[in-house]
Amino acid sequence: MENLFSNTLDGYLFLASLLFAIGVLGILIRRNIIIIFMCVELMLSAVNLLLTAFSVHHNDPNGQVFVFFIMAVAAAEITIGLAILVMIYRNTGSVSIDSLKKLKW
Amino acid sequence: MEQIIFIILSVLAVVGALAVIFSSNAVYSVLFLVLTFFAIAGHFILLNAQFLAIVNIIVYAGAIMVLFLFVIMLLNLNKDSEAPTPALARIAGAIAAGLLMVTIVGAFKGLSQGSDVALRGGEIGTVSRLGQVLFSDFLLPFEISSVLFLSAMIGAVMLGKKNLKDS
Amino acid sequence: MLNLVFLIPLLPLIGFVLLGVFGSKLPKFVSGAIACTTVLVSFLITLTLLGGVLSGSIVSETITYFDWINTDGIYLPMSFLIDPLSVWMMTIITGVGFLIHLYSAGYMSHDEGFARYFTFLNLFVFSMLMLVMGSNFVVMFAGWEGVGFCSYMLIGFWFKNTNYNNAAKKAFIMNRVGDLGFLIGMLLIFVKVGSLEYATVFGQAPLVFESGTTDIVVITLCLFVGAMGKSAQIPLYTWLPDAMAGPTPVSALIHAATMVTAGIYMIVRSNVLYTLAPFTQDFIMIIGLCTALFAATIGLVQNDIKKVLAYSTVSQLGYMFFALGLGAYTTGLFHVTTHAFFKALLFLGSGSVIHAMSGEQDIRSMGGLRKKLPITFLTFLIGTIAIAGIPPFAGFFSKDEILAYAYQRSPILWALGILGALMTTFYMFRMFFLTFFGEFRGTEHQRSHLHESPLIMTLPLMILSILSIAGGFLGVPHVLGGHNWFGHYLSGVAPVKELALDHSTEILLMSISVALVLVVIIIAYVIYVSKKQVPVSEGSTLTTPHRVLYNKYYIDELYDALFSKTLRWKSEWFYKLLEKGGIDSLVNGIGKGVQWSGKTLRMAQTGNISTYLFLMVLGIILLLIITGLLV
Repeated sequence: MENLFSNTLDGYLFLASLLFAIGVLGILIRRNIIIIFMCVELMLSAVNLLLTAFSVHHNDPNGQVFVFFIMAVAAAEITIGLAILVMIYRNTGSVSIDSLKKLKW
Repeated sequence: MEQIIFIILSVLAVVGALAVIFSSNAVYSVLFLVLTFFAIAGHFILLNAQFLAIVNIIVYAGAIMVLFLFVIMLLNLNKDSEAPTPALARIAGAIAAGLLMVTIVGAFKGLSQGSDVALRGGEIGTVSRLGQVLFSDFLLPFEISSVLFLSAMIGAVMLGKKNLKDS
Repeated sequence: MLNLVFLIPLLPLIGFVLLGVFGSKLPKFVSGAIACTTVLVSFLITLTLLGGVLSGSIVSETITYFDWINTDGIYLPMSFLIDPLSVWMMTIITGVGFLIHLYSAGYMSHDEGFARYFTFLNLFVFSMLMLVMGSNFVVMFAGWEGVGFCSYMLIGFWFKNTNYNNAAKKAFIMNRVGDLGFLIGMLLIFVKVGSLEYATVFGQAPLVFESGTTDIVVITLCLFVGAMGKSAQIPLYTWLPDAMAGPTPVSALIHAATMVTAGIYMIVRSNVLYTLAPFTQDFIMIIGLCTALFAATIGLVQNDIKKVLAYSTVSQLGYMFFALGLGAYTTGLFHVTTHAFFKALLFLGSGSVIHAMSGEQDIRSMGGLRKKLPITFLTFLIGTIAIAGIPPFAGFFSKDEILAYAYQRSPILWALGILGALMTTFYMFRMFFLTFFGEFRGTEHQRSHLHESPLIMTLPLMILSILSIAGGFLGVPHVLGGHNWFGHYLSGVAPVKELALDHSTEILLMSISVALVLVVIIIAYVIYVSKKQVPVSEGSTLTTPHRVLYNKYYIDELYDALFSKTLRWKSEWFYKLLEKGGIDSLVNGIGKGVQWSGKTLRMAQTGNISTYLFLMVLGIILLLIITGLLV
């Protein structure tokens, strides 16, 4: 437990879990799609951080290469996501996820 | 020394993250997210992963966040237009997120490696080292990611067009 | 000579393929020419073989072409057996077959299904040749099934008529019952002997089977069930009269001259087995005699010209089995030969009559045709005399040989045989007189159309009538100064049964039968020509025995009640109970259950994304906990 607040692997584990949980919390309590999007980015960053920590821990550059690819994919994802967001706003006049309720019986 | 820096950066990241989800104005959320990303970039430097730190700042804090800001500005969403979430949903969300965190930490507990974790990595995070790996073992995925970007670009353009039939 | 053997069945097969593929595009003349030529060439090659057999250069040759099945324990070559028996059958099949092909070219000339008709006729000749040429039971069975199929296709040739289709189905199903017996018999032989090659089976049989043991009796009875179906014996005979639905030349070729004699060929071929099973022989004798008498009584009152001939065929087939049952295999085959000649002649003659009458088949509407159809009249007369058994026509020799063997066994059998022969004479002459003598009883329209058939149809009639006259001289018995040439011809395949009657008895028997036949002819003449009696028309009341005979002893109705009705009743019961109650409700129940659960469960889909996200997070937590517990 004493390692949780230090720059040890346990510390990074705890920090990443916390950031990830905050991201999940944001997704669950917010209605604005843009904020939800940002929370997704936050969760991705938490994972990136953890991957890097493990990469350093194992002295293996592959983990960092993965982080690099995650960033690349995230950039592409954000581009498309925001474009879809713009389309949603044009069609519904709102960016609340409650406006997207047609996906049901 | 490093431990102090670690704690400062961690506090910055967590506070920034909380501010992202609790601020009512979307522009503030973006700015706090940038703060969080900077803190994470600091962590990268602490882990001796300079390349990722730079990329994190350039790609995330720079490009992606600017994109977010553009969209918010374009759609004129900077005022608080969001309907408040019901209290019950907030409580349920908080419980769920807390549970998730506890579960994840519990799941990681078995992996606990003791104290001297960080900074064993030495030089692996440098640009030259990563570049070697990237252009040897990961050359194919690297090249393919360019196709991904191209398709993402085309997709964004197609989606962003007002009316496809007019063009 | 032998290296051309493969062409004999192959040519009709080529004809079948050509006509089957291009038939609809070829002109009728070409189709007919292809069909007739292929069979004619086969016939000519067969004649060379016959010459070889007669000169003694061919005794028994097995020609193997390729291995059909060759696995561990089973070796079945595709091979032909060329011996006096198969060559004789091939001669009849291709010879009579060619004449009937020729006749058909005239008879069917106005039919739109001309090419289709010849397609199946060629396929039939091919299958029938396979049946008689095969050197093992499996090749025979393949041909056996082939002729059954062709028979089905040709009975139902005019498929637009539901009755004809039903007749075809009836023939097929009845044959199937027999085929099952044949198949079982074949498999039993394989189990017991370990081979299906004739040479092996017949060579091993006396060593493997004791005479009269259950094994051999069961095997022979099973094979005989196959013969019953194919050769229309009691109780599987009812398909043959119905098979007259097909074109008349088909009735002549398939249902009189060749296919229905396949059962007799099979028994003669396996005579080694039958000789080992005296019980089966007696059984065959009884079945044969019963069929001969039974069918003859029905024939007495039929009014349809082809039905009379059909029952006559059943009756004559009964005689052949009677002979086989008496152990006189060569005599049975002798009767097959003469019967092929005169029955084909009679069928083709009736076809000529029907042709002239524009499709009318009821003898009550005919009469006085002898002046209009002189050639048909003469040839038909020859055929009728031949079947009645007046010397020196063909039927006399073969029939009296059978009756002589019957007398040797028991005078009662002889008396019953004579009775059948007399009934045959009566109904044949009844039909003959009603058709060709007296006044014309048809409509004016039919009268104006009466004409003699063209040469292409009368030529086969003339050739067949010569054969019907001369065919009997193949087997002139010793008592009349002959040598029973036919018996000697076949002696390598089937033993000639000793006829131990003294000559005076034999001559007496012949004289009695001929005298009685002549008396019956006179009776028929008096009734139908002098008194001009005509069978009563439909609907008028008949005396009870007459009605029973006219309705064929109600056998069809009996089978209908016994098999069809009970089957239908059972099906209905199962349909209502199992199908409706069990399977349907199960299937519908599952369907309804799925519908209901779907209706209920879709309420869970709110469409609210935040709910989905919340549930997803809960799911992830659950998964992590489960993983943690498992680890």
